[in-house]
Amino acid sequence: MNATSIMDAVAIERALTRMAHEIVEGNPQTDTLVFVGLRTHGAPLARRLAAKVGEIIGRELPSGELDITMHRDDLDLRETPPAVGPSHIPFDVTDKTVVLVDDVLFTGRSIRAAMDELSDFGRPRCIRLAVLVDRGHRELPIRPDYVGKNLPTARTERVRVSLAETDGKDEVLIEK
Amino acid sequence: MKKPRFTWRRKDLLGIEELSADEILHILDTAAAFKQVGERHIKKVPSLRGKTLVNLFIEPSTRTRTSFELAAKRLSADVVNITATASSLVKGETLKDTARNLEALRTDIIVIRHSAAGAPHFLAQRVKASIVNAGDGAHEHPTQALLDAFTIREKKGAIAGLNITILGDILYSRVARSNIWLLTKLGARVTLAGPSTLVPRVFEQLGCRVTYDLDEAIRDADVINLLRIQHERQRKTMFPSIGEYTAMFGLNKERFARTKPDALIMHPGPINRGVEIDSDIADCGRSVILEQVTNGLAVRMAVLYLCVGGQSA
Repeated sequence: MNATSIMDAVAIERALTRMAHEIVEGNPQTDTLVFVGLRTHGAPLARRLAAKVGEIIGRELPSGELDITMHRDDLDLRETPPAVGPSHIPFDVTDKTVVLVDDVLFTGRSIRAAMDELSDFGRPRCIRLAVLVDRGHRELPIRPDYVGKNLPTARTERVRVSLAETDGKDEVLIEK
Repeated sequence: MKKPRFTWRRKDLLGIEELSADEILHILDTAAAFKQVGERHIKKVPSLRGKTLVNLFIEPSTRTRTSFELAAKRLSADVVNITATASSLVKGETLKDTARNLEALRTDIIVIRHSAAGAPHFLAQRVKASIVNAGDGAHEHPTQALLDAFTIREKKGAIAGLNITILGDILYSRVARSNIWLLTKLGARVTLAGPSTLVPRVFEQLGCRVTYDLDEAIRDADVINLLRIQHERQRKTMFPSIGEYTAMFGLNKERFARTKPDALIMHPGPINRGVEIDSDIADCGRSVILEQVTNGLAVRMAVLYLCVGGQSA
């Protein structure tokens, strides 16, 4: 397999800092901002973004994590049932501006499932989408509000994100 | 994606005896995720949307049937309840024909309770739908054992190394058998206690200890699981009287005071207050009887999710 490095730790850090500034600019009412990451890789990214935005506005912002397995639409298409994990959202999302965070935006189906699940927890005032990598090939009318890197890919390629919290180091690879 | 501990490949849950420790732990981990659904504003997920579940209860039950029904509904499945008196079984239809008719209606899951041991296994070999055993005779009641284990793990952190005493009617109890298999597979030390007529020594072959000395059985126990005395069928032959059973083996305040200060008190229900358990003890802080009911829902959601997901495996 042929793997090419697309982003290293410095590039990821820089991208997240820029996204944090964009989030602050786009949401003047920062008192309702909360962050929710999709497990597994969106969760640490949500925590990092919450910390960066918190630094800019001088106030701590909450972040939670969502496991979307129960809301997937492909249980019948898979050979074995995917493992489900718990979601953890330690705050009320009703009337909040929720920034959904994921590592890679691809078909958009995970985000569809995440929005469905999020509405089981309450009724956010609005939902924004932040992704580290947008690789295209959407199958649903979903687009991100904040993007770390736009990455044109072939459908057969794999984009693999490693993060210090889960994999020991920060890196984005593309595998052909 | 969290690394799965184990890949589930079964379409049926027939008993605990045939499960590996990894499979049991996978069910418990999955149940932990589903328990959290019950704490949400909207307590329903779409995992089994479009699936149909039939509760085929040839033996009466309220709590287990209700628990399975609610579990299925919280997974967005459609549920049909069939009881023995309201089914064509009273008209002479065989169990196999009943099941094949249910299958012709495109049923995805059949939850069965039957007075005959092995009835779920019989069905599982003959129909494509997932079969979940909700109690077969005195053989197995796997989801009860799983919810007991889930409750113990939640309270004690782990099951390996614990001293667990099961007290009361072991002989006629499918709950006892499923619990013994599960707890020994996960490394607990299981002690059985009760009148010698209801706790025969032959149970030692399953890897547990049998004692008739109640004080010794509860003294070092981390968990005491009390089973209901089914006096409707045993009273005449298995012990002299309910009063004598209570005096000899009931968990009263005096005996309770001699248990470990953090010992859990469990009971699969329905409880007979003042018979196998003192009323105040059933309601005390160490009693997890109602938490068992809550956890039963999460465990059954996990089982249904895994069995449907395992249908194409």
